[in-house]
Amino acid sequence: MNFPVLSIITFTPLVAAVVMLLMPAQRKNEVRAVALAAAIFALILSAWVFFTYNQSTAGYQFVERYNWLPALGISLYFGVDGISAPLVLLTGVVMFTGVLISWGDDDKHVMAGIQDRPREFFAFLFILAWGVFGVFVSLDLFMLFFFYEIAVFPMYLLIVIWGWIQTREYAAMKLTIYLFIGSVISLVGVLAMYWLQYKNTGVLSFDMLLMEKAGFSHAFQNIWFLPVFLGFAVLGGIWPFHNWSPDGHVAAPTAVSMFHAGVLMKLGAFAALRVGIMLLPDGAKYWQWLIMFFAAVAVVYGAYIAFVQMDFKYMVGFSSVSHMGLVMLGFSTLNRQGLLGSGLQMFSHGVMTALFFAVVGMIYDRAHTRQIPELGGMAKIMPFATIGFIIGGLVSMGMPLFSGFIAEFPIFMGVWGRQWLVAVIASISIVITAAYIMRNIRQVFFGNMPEKLEGHITDITILDKVAITTLCFFMIVIGLFPSFMVPMVQTGVENILRLLGGS
Amino acid sequence: MNFISTHLLSTILFFPMLSAVAMLFLPKGENKLFRWFAFVASLVPFALTLVAWFQFKSDQPGFQFEETYIWYQAIGSSLHLGVDGLSLTMVLLTTLLTPLAILASFSISDRVRPYMMLFLFLETGMLGVFMALDLLIFFVFWEAGLVPMYFLINQWGSANKDYASLKFLIYTMGGSLGLLLAVQMLGVLFGTYDLVTLYQRWNSLEPGSILMGMSVHTVKTIAFWAFVIAFAIKVPLWPFHTWLPDAHTEAPTAGSMLLAGVLLKLGAYGFLRLVLPFYPVEAKMFAGALALLATAAIVFGAFGSFGQTDFKRLVAYSSVNHMGFVVLGIAAAAYAIGTQDATIALNGAILQMFNHGLSSAGMFFLVGVIYERTHTRNLEEFGGLFPIIPIYGGLLIFTSMASLGLPGLNGFISEFLVVRGAFPVLTAYTAISMLGLLFTGAYILKGIKKVLHGPMNEHWAHGEHKLTEINAREIVVMVPLMALILWIGIYPAWILDVINKAVVMLF
Repeated sequence: MNFPVLSIITFTPLVAAVVMLLMPAQRKNEVRAVALAAAIFALILSAWVFFTYNQSTAGYQFVERYNWLPALGISLYFGVDGISAPLVLLTGVVMFTGVLISWGDDDKHVMAGIQDRPREFFAFLFILAWGVFGVFVSLDLFMLFFFYEIAVFPMYLLIVIWGWIQTREYAAMKLTIYLFIGSVISLVGVLAMYWLQYKNTGVLSFDMLLMEKAGFSHAFQNIWFLPVFLGFAVLGGIWPFHNWSPDGHVAAPTAVSMFHAGVLMKLGAFAALRVGIMLLPDGAKYWQWLIMFFAAVAVVYGAYIAFVQMDFKYMVGFSSVSHMGLVMLGFSTLNRQGLLGSGLQMFSHGVMTALFFAVVGMIYDRAHTRQIPELGGMAKIMPFATIGFIIGGLVSMGMPLFSGFIAEFPIFMGVWGRQWLVAVIASISIVITAAYIMRNIRQVFFGNMPEKLEGHITDITILDKVAITTLCFFMIVIGLFPSFMVPMVQTGVENILRLLGGS
Repeated sequence: MNFISTHLLSTILFFPMLSAVAMLFLPKGENKLFRWFAFVASLVPFALTLVAWFQFKSDQPGFQFEETYIWYQAIGSSLHLGVDGLSLTMVLLTTLLTPLAILASFSISDRVRPYMMLFLFLETGMLGVFMALDLLIFFVFWEAGLVPMYFLINQWGSANKDYASLKFLIYTMGGSLGLLLAVQMLGVLFGTYDLVTLYQRWNSLEPGSILMGMSVHTVKTIAFWAFVIAFAIKVPLWPFHTWLPDAHTEAPTAGSMLLAGVLLKLGAYGFLRLVLPFYPVEAKMFAGALALLATAAIVFGAFGSFGQTDFKRLVAYSSVNHMGFVVLGIAAAAYAIGTQDATIALNGAILQMFNHGLSSAGMFFLVGVIYERTHTRNLEEFGGLFPIIPIYGGLLIFTSMASLGLPGLNGFISEFLVVRGAFPVLTAYTAISMLGLLFTGAYILKGIKKVLHGPMNEHWAHGEHKLTEINAREIVVMVPLMALILWIGIYPAWILDVINKAVVMLF
């Protein structure tokens, strides 16, 4: 038995959450220290998984298995492949940076970070992280679903308690209802697969590797692909089921927005891929055109809606819809380049959007407004945040030498292989994105500072700078040296292509 | 030394970028240090380019100093660098103009460090386009070079900078969309982005075969226009030129120097490196249309320039006019490919690229010199300045004459070659373009007259507004430019030899 690194990563946040809840509520700094220590521990382990993953052999690695409910064929069955290993690293990175930017400070008058009940905040956030890690590493369909629900549920509390006071109740309820309806629909499909496998093979098991070989009939796959895929993809923000997501982003506190856009939306896309496409490959081929249509609309429409936003955070929220549309677009190609691009885009968008929300949060904490015309001149006071946002913006625009280009280019290549017209239409989003990103950078960071903000804005803290640097590091390294991540994602893609019967 | 000789191009390419990153670690607030550091850092690539220039064997076909590094294997792209006579000329132009532009911006005192860093990043971006032998790498640097330029205009520009910089960015990115899509299509079709391989395989497609549900002919025609529009915007060709006067006028002086001196050449280089080799048939078919647009650029550029009252805008429109000759030469060569006329026209076009780089950089710099002293560019507010600033006046007249095409200076040689090559091929267009030349003379003389001659504007002669003469640093910027202008004008063989051999071997 090897060192059980995946289960340690997965359960670290849970243990930390319990420890924090047992601590006295007024010991805020100690609670924060526990949170940070746990986050660093998880980050180091997930980086270790990422760097020691053997790229020369495809398939699942760091596999662990413990019986949980043998009678129904449920086990704790963990393992990562080339698609999920980067996502585990992403979760570690976002968790670490999310803790840093929510640190807060009780002594200063600047209302940055989380001052109100940090103990409960970090505990809920870590339960969320527990669920996220669990989904990415689970090879058992039941456990995947179990962790999926765990990841969704704390969102409600985090938004409703610590969210933006004006819309938090509406947004939290909308988000929860959307996501639960989606997951219930998926659950029906999951159970259908479970029973059909039992009928076909006589084995009661949620083991996804067995289900891959269960030989579901074409008709079965064609019927169940759509509910399963779309049910999960709701969390991935797929058009036309995206509209919970910008509301949720905006209402959530900064660290939760980072988690939400950076990791949770990947969770939806990942589950849609793992369960929808990999277990029902024929269904995926059958419905390919529809997914491609939805995704292409999301890409262009999301960019356009982001373009017309006056609220800084809504702008970032809709840009996520557009970028997640690219992930779905890559899935819908079902070919080598498209899937490779999607795998990379999930990571790239994760760090990029986490950075966006972090900077938006830093500005909102100081300016107390997110209306773009009411902001200006931030570059003079927070130059570091400005550079961070510009780098994020360049990633978002798909500028070469940054990770966004490395991810988007193969997606478009994949689309060319299927339907060139979609590539042409989706490419319009690149120019729209460039326009709104540059316009906002100019206004918010370089415009004239409005008089009522003069003197109220302070520079970001050293912890904020560490968070920004960490996030920028990945965007630049992948952009300059794609081989940092590409070969790993390729091994995961090979696995999917094998299930699809070659590309 | 051994490392540098085997990695010559990559050293030239990445040295500016690494220097820019190194600038981050210099102590805060040392403006003088930043300036000298950037200047010295930009001299290194220039020195190395001279090494490459003298080691270059112009008789040898194909690319030299080739280097290949793994970059993005999964989609078949590698960092493949190499130069031939065409690209080496452009590399020389870039590495020459960048130190001059940095020297020209020693007067900048606002946020010197990021300013200098952006210039060094920009140099890497421009050099990458000229050195790339991989279509994706070409595109990467093509796009990446936009970002530093955008911020230079947006942050250090004059009054209307926001509008101008966004227009510049969106125009160019929008134009590059077609290029991006066409590049992707080529990559998907052939599984590689290596230019040498693509040239062969793309041109050996069966004319009757079907690609993506369309005939090869249709696909090639669409892809041809996708490439052409991207490059035409960059050149810029009429009617895609409207971003240029705005961007040039609002950019800081050194930004305009590089914008006119090098960035416009990227578009023309794209025509030569990609359009002609990839689409010889389509280029021949649409040569007339290109020539029409080029002629329009020449004539309307000259008219536009003549109508300006802003000195910098006048120079900006002159770029449209001059770059029109480059495209006219290319169109003629596309039409008559393989003949002697085509070779002459291409020689002229490439030399014109180099020459325009020298003279437009000089002109923009001189406009900047007077703008810094008077804070106006309005031609009506100058007048009769020659007696106050005689040295400046001399330099301005010299550079203007190069731009006008006075025999004995460089502009004459290249424009003559273009016209000589194009005349037998596209007689009507060439004849009209030569009428355009008449207006080139008119607007240049108008500029000189409004600034230097006529009744003296007493405002600049006495008291606190008294104009100061051009200083030693500024003369140092002009000397290399003027020396080359004169040298090419009198003895063009040294550079035409390299260009001509490249043209003969390429086309």
